[in-house]
Formats: sequence, C-alpha cells, structure tokens
Amino acid sequence: MLCDVCKCNDATVFLTQILEGKMQKVNLCDACSKEKGVQDPTGFALADLLLGIGAAEEIEKGSPTQKCPVCGFTQVDFKKTGRLGCSVCYVTFAEGLNTLLKAMHKGTEHVGKLPHRAHRVVALGDRMRSLTENLQKAVAEENYESAASLRDQIKQLEHEIAS
Amino acid sequence: MSTGGEWLRGEGPHHQIVISSRVRLARNLRSRAFPGWAKKAERTAILDLIKPRVEELPEMQDSFSELLQDLSAIEKQVLVERHLISREHAAKSVGSAIVMNRRQTLSIMINEEDHLRMQSIRSGLQLKQAFKLVDKIDSALESKLEFAYDQRLGYLTACPTNVGTGMRASAMLHLPGLVLSELINQVIQAVSKIGLAVRGLYGEGTEAMGNLFQISNQTTLGEKEDEIINRLSKVIETIIEKEHDARQVLIQKKSNTLWDQIGRAYGVLTFAHAMSSKEALNLLSIIKLGVDLGSFPEDRRLPIDELFIDTQPAHLQKGSQQKLNAEERDHLRAEIIRERLKLFPKPDISKMARESSDQAASEPSNNE
Ligand SMILES: [Zn+2]
Ligand SMILES: [Zn+2]
Repeated sequence: MLCDVCKCNDATVFLTQILEGKMQKVNLCDACSKEKGVQDPTGFALADLLLGIGAAEEIEKGSPTQKCPVCGFTQVDFKKTGRLGCSVCYVTFAEGLNTLLKAMHKGTEHVGKLPHRAHRVVALGDRMRSLTENLQKAVAEENYESAASLRDQIKQLEHEIAS
Repeated sequence: MSTGGEWLRGEGPHHQIVISSRVRLARNLRSRAFPGWAKKAERTAILDLIKPRVEELPEMQDSFSELLQDLSAIEKQVLVERHLISREHAAKSVGSAIVMNRRQTLSIMINEEDHLRMQSIRSGLQLKQAFKLVDKIDSALESKLEFAYDQRLGYLTACPTNVGTGMRASAMLHLPGLVLSELINQVIQAVSKIGLAVRGLYGEGTEAMGNLFQISNQTTLGEKEDEIINRLSKVIETIIEKEHDARQVLIQKKSNTLWDQIGRAYGVLTFAHAMSSKEALNLLSIIKLGVDLGSFPEDRRLPIDELFIDTQPAHLQKGSQQKLNAEERDHLRAEIIRERLKLFPKPDISKMARESSDQAASEPSNNE
C-alpha cells in the first residue's frame, strides 16, 4: 500500500480515527509520518486533517457524479490532490466539506476580516449557492432541461459578479 | 538581490531567539480555477490580471518582479533559501510570478497554490507588525481585484486547511538550549495540543538542523486574525522564557559540556576544509549560542547569522560559474566559513564562568 501523502513510498504507519461517527483511515510512509509529526498519536487528528488527506473519504459522501458547474472539478480530482478546483467548488461539494472543515478548524464560520465589497458579494454568493444546489438536484433527477437553464443562470450570475 | 533581506540584519524584539516573524495571506479571484487546476492559458490570463495590480502598489515601487520561467534553477533556490518563495513555488514555471520589494520584507507569489500568496517578513518577534503590512496590501488589492469570499467560510482557498482568514502566521526560533537539554520534544508536544504547529526548519525534533524551528497556527477558520496572532505571540513568549531557563540551567549544571561544545564548534569551523550543510548549520548554531552567552563579542552576531544563509547550497553556487557537486560544495562551504571567521576572536568563557560560579557560591551543591 502506498503512502497517502507522497504516493511513492510504501506506507508503514496506518492511522484510523473516528470523527463525527465516521471512520477515517490514513496510510503514511515513515518519512511522511515523521515530517507531518504523526508519530505522536495524540497530535494526529490535526496533523492528518491539516493535509486534507482523509478529506477524500469525507467528500465522497456526495454523489460520485457531482461536478463543479464552473470549473468541472470532481471529487476524484480532490482525492488525487487534496485541493479544490475553484471557489465555487466550496458550494458544489459543501456537504462533504462541512464535516471536513468542522474537524479541521477551530470553528465553522469565518469571524475575521471582511472585504469592503462583502455585502454585495455576500448577496450574490447566496444566490449562487441556491442555484448550484438546484442544479445538483436537477442533475441527480436527470432533469436536463432544468439543469441547462440553471447552468445559464449560473453563467449569468458569474458575469454579474465579475462586473 | 545580491544580499540577504533586511529581516536578517534586523534588531527586532527578542531577536536573539526569534530570527524572524512572517505572516502570509492566501487570496483567490472569484470563480476562476485555482492555479493547480487552471489550464495554462487561464493561469497566464490570471497572472496578467494580477501582476500589474501588484506592481503598482506604493510598497512595490522599485520592486523585483520576475516570471518564474525567467529564473534559473539556482536563482529560484536562492529565493527558497531566503524564505522568500516556497519550495512549491520554485517548482512552478509558465503562469507564475514573484514580486517582492527591494528590502525583501514583502513578497507576493502569484499563482502558487492560490492566485495570491502575500507575505510580510520582520526581524525578531513582530507578528503584529508583519500582519499590519500584509493586511494593508490585501485591502489595497481588494479594491482592484475581486477576491473569492463566502459569507460563512470567509476567504476561499485551494486547500480547505487555509479557508477563513487564509492566514498563516509563523516565527522562526533558534532553540539550542531546549535541544541540548532534551526538552524540545516536550515543547513541541505541548504546543501541538493547542492547535499550533512546531517543526524543525530542516529536519524534525531533536534532529532539527541548526536548532531552528518554525512555529505557526494550524487553523484558519473560526478565529479572528488578531486573536490568532495574539495567541501565537503569547506561546512564543513562553517558549523564549523556557529557552532562557534551559540556557541558565546548562550554564549552572553543565558548564563544562557547554564550553566544550562552543570550543569544538569554533575549532572545526575555523580549521575544517570540508563541511556538509548539516554540520555547518549545527556548528553555527552553537557559535550563535556563544554570542548570546557572551563568549563572542556582540558585533560578531551578524557574520554568523549571514553564514546560516550563505552556506546553503544555492547561495554557495550562485557565485561560481558552473554547477558544483556535493564534494565541491563542501569544500567551498568550509572555505567561506574559514574566511569569514578569520578575524573571529577565540571563545571567551570568563563571563559564563562567572555566572556559573556565582550560582555555585549562592546555592551550595547538594552533593557536598
Ligand atoms: Zn510518504
Ligand atoms: Zn469549481
């Protein structure tokens, strides 16, 4: 079995933890486990999640066909890289990401700096969120007509946000 | 770019132990593919959008601005060794750039893992000041570029570990006292339990080369920027105290070992003709400790601090015409060190000896 981090050495450290009643497994090689400071099992939860490994299993909760309407990113891609495709991916994969973020961070909501344009952006962001959710529903129900129209609306909103 | 950054020469608070403080913010353009996912054309388009906005900042007048594909492997590595760009960024080519000010206190990576990684570096423990600058830069750029921001999640980043503030605050600490007293792993464990990370700058735990460690926040969501920075600063102040305590105990209980280490480091550095990067870092660390403890004059601090950077592989090679192999590098490294230490006085242990005998006089040993 290969190490989840470097993906080239054989894994020698196998870690499992229960998060939110879900089991997560991470396999690391010697070098990576040392580098990430996970020889110490008590420090493991943070170290693991910091990397976004274990993340892949969390995000799989969503449907496997799920694809970001803006950038075309899929959860398979996330599994490979531990990185997302674009900012809209946070909406597309919200379900899986929420659990992950909860375990990874101190809180679940941003309480820090707000950009000046935040109010406008926030309003448009909320609309984007509901459009994306509806699109996912439409795709799941194989309602292609509705999906196409939603895609158009998303594109238009994109345009509006960019202007 | 021929010399090191201002932070290296600085005299910031606690600069004996805290080499530097840095704060970086990650930002992305709204609805554009992150650099790792964007196709080459899109990455380049994003770069063309961002770079002029960065270059026109008042802080970036007379800046060093380069496309990654225009830098040689050695030049990129030099920037990595000065901590001005990340290793990941050095691996980038077309579609990525670095813009930094001449003083090398502000560096902005374009299309690293995120569209923008803005970093401010200060000497000593100055996290608040470092944040202030990078926050100002962020606000200035935000009026010209639309950043990906979500009401609930804050600033959106390629990796979910950075979402929220997008901020990573860190300090580089020199902790030979804690390493020599074998207390370092305890400190690392204690710190990791409170959501902060400590790692060796090169290597881990007691194996850390040059006794250099980096401490940073691990989480970015659910806490305000200034709360994170305050928490981190407090923990660093505690570590500084522990390091001072460890040094005092060493002076009082293990003075012979300490003098032996300093003397040997001095001897080897002054006379060796081949030296690996690891050996150099470890010995320089002991000499630096010697300066802190008064066995070398204070004005010898800077040449030692500079050697930490100047003996790194790419810095060694930037002066020579052709690429050097490991053996050639080890010879050159030893030569540079010998040259710089030529006028370096022998270690003077009288100050330390006084401190340790004062202690012995005021506090009779239990063994008697
Ligand atoms: Zn590995
Ligand atoms: Zn996306």
